[in-house]
Amino acid sequence: MLYDGTFEGFLSTVFQIFEEKLTNVIIEKEALATETLFDRTETVVTDTQKAQRVWKGLAQRCSGEGRNNIYKAFLSEIFTIENTLLHFIQRTFSEGDIRKSKKIHTDFADPEILKISKVVKMVHREKHRMDAFVRFRLTKDGLYFATVSPDFNVLPLNAKHFKNRYADQKWLIYDTRRKYGIYYDLECVDYISLEVSNTINNASMATYYFTEDEQVFQELWQNYFKSTNIPSRKNLKLHVQHVPKRYWKYLSEKFPDLKK
Amino acid sequence: MNFERIKEKLNILADAAKYDVSCSSSGSKRTNKNKGLGDSSGMGICHSYTEDGRCVSLLKILLTNHCIFDCAYCVTRKSNDIKRAAFKVQEVVDLTIAFYRRNYIEGLFLSSGIFKDADTTMDRLVQVAKKLREEENFNGYIHLKSIPGASDELMREAGLYADRLSVNIEIPSEEGLKLLAPDKKREDFIKPMEKVKNEIIQYKAEKKLIKSTPIYAPAGQSTQMIIGASGETDAEIMYTSAYFYKQFNMKRVYYSGYIPISYDSRLPSIGTEVPMLRENRLYQTDWLLRFYGFDIRELLNKEHPNLDSDIDPKLSYALRNLHLFPVDVNKADKTMLARIPGVGMKSVNKIVHARRFRKLNWGHLKAIGIAMNRAQYFMVCDSRDFERKDRTAAQIKSLILQHSNSKYQNTHNQQLNLFSSVETPMAV
Repeated sequence: MLYDGTFEGFLSTVFQIFEEKLTNVIIEKEALATETLFDRTETVVTDTQKAQRVWKGLAQRCSGEGRNNIYKAFLSEIFTIENTLLHFIQRTFSEGDIRKSKKIHTDFADPEILKISKVVKMVHREKHRMDAFVRFRLTKDGLYFATVSPDFNVLPLNAKHFKNRYADQKWLIYDTRRKYGIYYDLECVDYISLEVSNTINNASMATYYFTEDEQVFQELWQNYFKSTNIPSRKNLKLHVQHVPKRYWKYLSEKFPDLKK
Repeated sequence: MNFERIKEKLNILADAAKYDVSCSSSGSKRTNKNKGLGDSSGMGICHSYTEDGRCVSLLKILLTNHCIFDCAYCVTRKSNDIKRAAFKVQEVVDLTIAFYRRNYIEGLFLSSGIFKDADTTMDRLVQVAKKLREEENFNGYIHLKSIPGASDELMREAGLYADRLSVNIEIPSEEGLKLLAPDKKREDFIKPMEKVKNEIIQYKAEKKLIKSTPIYAPAGQSTQMIIGASGETDAEIMYTSAYFYKQFNMKRVYYSGYIPISYDSRLPSIGTEVPMLRENRLYQTDWLLRFYGFDIRELLNKEHPNLDSDIDPKLSYALRNLHLFPVDVNKADKTMLARIPGVGMKSVNKIVHARRFRKLNWGHLKAIGIAMNRAQYFMVCDSRDFERKDRTAAQIKSLILQHSNSKYQNTHNQQLNLFSSVETPMAV
């Protein structure tokens, strides 16, 4: 069964599977699907009401954590994660009981459930990395701007953190891989899709986009980063383990290393 | 702002502050107020890691490295011939805000050399924190050093602006302190700790009655000890540590392997390796005390005054107490599960949940993420092929060491060679 790739679309698909008592289904994103010769394919129309019914039904049979896990694992965009989640949802509707605190999402001896918990951990770690590795630069029109390209689609999870923290400054975090951003206008956070010029991260264009002080603070930060290091304890393996190289391109303190 | 001058100061004063290992930015309850800047109610965040693998969470600087004391272990000691500098209050405020707004840091960790006297120094630290909170409406994390000897009034003010206060006792034993810092006494450190502890208790009690009572140092206090500078045993260090946890409700005690910075004959000479493995073992012990329900006397005592370097302290405990094992994973309570080597607290929780649904076997446990290399000798589960052989502690230890790769292998390479030459015939 194919769906439009949204979370609501996925829940609508789940609804249809329950309604029509389908078995042996493979759920795939429409955009990624490949034609198969022998399987019957069906495209699900996203229906907010149906999605709501599944979501509310889950609330009666599993804890908030269980439901959060579904959403987080979904954001991983990992191939076939939809079917793993379907297994969890089916088990929850047949056995889950919130009053007896029978929490299906804690049955770690079920390989599919364990997989979800591992994926949730990965997604959560990526979310946390974005909380840490976002580096804002101040543009000439007073916007704190950052680009990221996380392994998973985690920006929806980051919105609240940044809103609470930077309540008095306008900011935009842009996901260059998925071509959308979260934007805070001093009132609320919105999802916006826009084209950001490739030159935004070019060092030679920095003075065109960003304030004069911006370069100064980046340099101060790089200096601080160097001074706070203790050379006699050097441990590059640990360093790279904590800050994998794929993130260096966002981290102004690592720019000097990238040039090398 | 004179950029070049600030840059130079930042280099000197960050360099001087880096030996303070505390980097924690968690545990506070300060939320964003009136759409101000910052929030430190969540978990701590490490924004970056230096090349030595330590986390960068706070802007960690000294206000000044001018100091009237001459403690042998300290890089800013009076007699050391180094460049000196001092920040103005406003400069620290501006740097903190500029870094915070760019998401470089969680907040500020401000310490200082003692210039003039304790009160003047403490007053200057408090001024920075006050400005950040009141003028900038800053709700990020602030960690201030309590300066021993500062007045009660200043200490109270400090706790109202800061999230955490700390005093480093630096040398684990009183004799060591006498030798290396003759100007200082243990009581000088204890007094501010006692003070902060009592204020925290008092403010908490008042807050229960009157909701508008301000919070006092919501992230508590911490301290630090230098390891390997003054000849203490691991037992001496950890008993001191346990005492501070208990007596002063410390949130954290940090252990900092001594980095040779001086030719003073009382100290390890320059070029001596930083005792990183030892530091690691001490932290493991600290974790066992705080999260695994161990009592210090079970891990270190007269018979075992030092931790093993080649195996972790929990494994070492288990080998000394083989009569408590094997533990039945499907029946044992949490406390006992937590004592199985190779099983961490996360795994303990997973086991407790998962076994409600079915009996667990080796396959399940392995998938959950237990370090089977160590754990297999200390537990039984719903599988028939458990360890039946009655092995001695020494046999188990060498079996485990044969099948493990320690990142510190080079450090105790000689020991390993000794073992493997003995054990090779058995393995064949």
